[in-house]
Amino acid sequence: MKKFEKLTSAIVPLNIENIDTDQIIPARFLKATTREGFGENLFRDWRYNGDNTPKADFVLNDPTYSGRILVAGKNFGCGSSREHAAWAIQDAGFDVVISSFFADIFKGNALNNGLLPIQVSDDFLAEIFTAVEKDPAAQLDVDLEKQTVTILATGATAEFEINPYKKSCLINGYDDIDFILNQKQLIEEFEQKR
Amino acid sequence: MSKTLVEKIWDAHVVKSEPGFPDILYIDTHLIHEVTSPQAFDGLRKRGLPVLRPKQTVATADHNVPTLNQLQPIKEELSRYQVDMLTKNCAEFGIELYGLGHPFQGIVHVIGPELGITLPGKTMVCGDSHTSTHGAFGAIAFGIGTSQVEQVFATQCLLQQKPKTMKIEVNGTLGKGVTSKDIILYIISKISAAGGTGYFIEYAGSAIEALSMEARMTICNMSIEMGARGGLIAPDQTTFDYIKDREFAPAGAEWDKALAYWKTLYSDADAKFDSVLTFEAEDIAPMITYGTNPGMGMGIKELIPATKTQPEKEQLSYQKALNYMGFEDDSSLIGKAVDYVFIGSCTNSRIEDLREVADFVKDKHKAENVTVWIVPGSKQVEQQAKNEGLDKIFEQAGFQLREPGCSACLGMNEDKIPAGKYCVSTSNRNFEGRQGPDARTLLVSPLTAAAAAVTGKITDVRELLTEA
Repeated sequence: MKKFEKLTSAIVPLNIENIDTDQIIPARFLKATTREGFGENLFRDWRYNGDNTPKADFVLNDPTYSGRILVAGKNFGCGSSREHAAWAIQDAGFDVVISSFFADIFKGNALNNGLLPIQVSDDFLAEIFTAVEKDPAAQLDVDLEKQTVTILATGATAEFEINPYKKSCLINGYDDIDFILNQKQLIEEFEQKR
Repeated sequence: MSKTLVEKIWDAHVVKSEPGFPDILYIDTHLIHEVTSPQAFDGLRKRGLPVLRPKQTVATADHNVPTLNQLQPIKEELSRYQVDMLTKNCAEFGIELYGLGHPFQGIVHVIGPELGITLPGKTMVCGDSHTSTHGAFGAIAFGIGTSQVEQVFATQCLLQQKPKTMKIEVNGTLGKGVTSKDIILYIISKISAAGGTGYFIEYAGSAIEALSMEARMTICNMSIEMGARGGLIAPDQTTFDYIKDREFAPAGAEWDKALAYWKTLYSDADAKFDSVLTFEAEDIAPMITYGTNPGMGMGIKELIPATKTQPEKEQLSYQKALNYMGFEDDSSLIGKAVDYVFIGSCTNSRIEDLREVADFVKDKHKAENVTVWIVPGSKQVEQQAKNEGLDKIFEQAGFQLREPGCSACLGMNEDKIPAGKYCVSTSNRNFEGRQGPDARTLLVSPLTAAAAAVTGKITDVRELLTEA
């Protein structure tokens, strides 16, 4: 799994709530049998017209915005369990997603791929959106070890929570299968005593 | 110590629990399908690992299969390849597959229960968020991502944080024309599309206890639409009667042993839930959604809530949703013309749903302006419908009875609703583009869908029901 420690980057703002995984990657693009290449269809129907021409007003098509941090409204990633959503975001060049609330399955899928979901308060999320409104190049600093995210222009910092085990997985690039396989004996014992 | 039902089942499956770490949870049954499994099989090959317990794994093809001419080769190349991959992977790793043409094939959440694979007290997972359906039997069942599918393949376990628990009680008697789909759409409209996030929900109360197993499945199925990964109902005589004599259900002495255990599966009287909500069945009308998440629902005769009544920060997203749907503040949906009616999906494609629709449309015909698709949940449901002559009723009504699959619920195969068209649907999600790019979905019960099919417009089904 991809390691994550620190990141300083500009952001791509998507101030919409309840962004579901069907928006992130529509079902008709889930036919691939590998993990690669989903990025080109990230937010497909918001990003392209029916004739495949880019929609100029969508943020991913606006050269003003760039960066490896996606910032979105609350309840991000609700709906389908498709991990393709996390793969698509990562494949499109993002390492971090910030929102004031994440759907459970999406959050787990992101963490299992080294894509860091950071949950901040509604107020701090609003501060980030304000900062990028003032200056589209505004940068955030993300420090996983310290569990902080900082708006560089204002110096405002928020702490975020992450399960200590998942944190160590991200920092070291370990995944859950490595962890459980090391305890296979316990699984067999459990099966025998049932 | 008093425990909730979730805690009882969870604790019985913990292989290891260590402070600071998620629990290692043993998984009894792993259901898989063609869309979320190929990358997991690839992962196993890269690690040189087998599927640890292939006999506890069951596969079917449902998400990406055509619903016409299923015995012909799949026309679309990528879809065909994906379904073929499932066949190859199952053969390579020793997993039973109920693929196209098999009498047990169907939507994964329909076949588990109907085959007696879904049982009280089990832990069950699937790479699909509607796995919560199986909770109707008093099982811990939840959707997982593909990395976790690989994890269960490799270890038959999942690293999982114990969820918080919520109890939702619905008491009283449902009114005429009001069904279990309306109960769950009502609850979601009250607590929002995120209101259950972080919880497993136990549904209880007299209105829930009075429901059939299939109606209970509809409720548990949509737990994820309020963010809850799991939803369950304590097993009772209705549950036991449903399971008995099904294909893979325990039999003989095994049945007696299982039954004795199942009867211990309830939340203790003084068990503590992290949250408790109570609703009255009498307050629930036939429901319909007007927006682009399942929380945007209302009684069918109500007016669409005005944007200004929404929290300020949410008004932009709310307005965007209404614009997408082509609806306005304070307007009624009654009488609005519809283009498509879809009766199907893991929420409402079981034999009772088809019977309810057939009973309503008998001797009626669909409106001219509407295309009606009925997609049964499984080959067994399809066969049963034919045995009961429902296919004839649908044919006479001008409804198309197709073959089993997820179909227009997610529009992954060719069953898509065209751009801008309105589809009254018994499925579970009204997200933008869910049923096809720019398609507009209105979620309803099978009965309300049948009413729309016959009148060609949004209709309060209660006004068409004759007194029995």
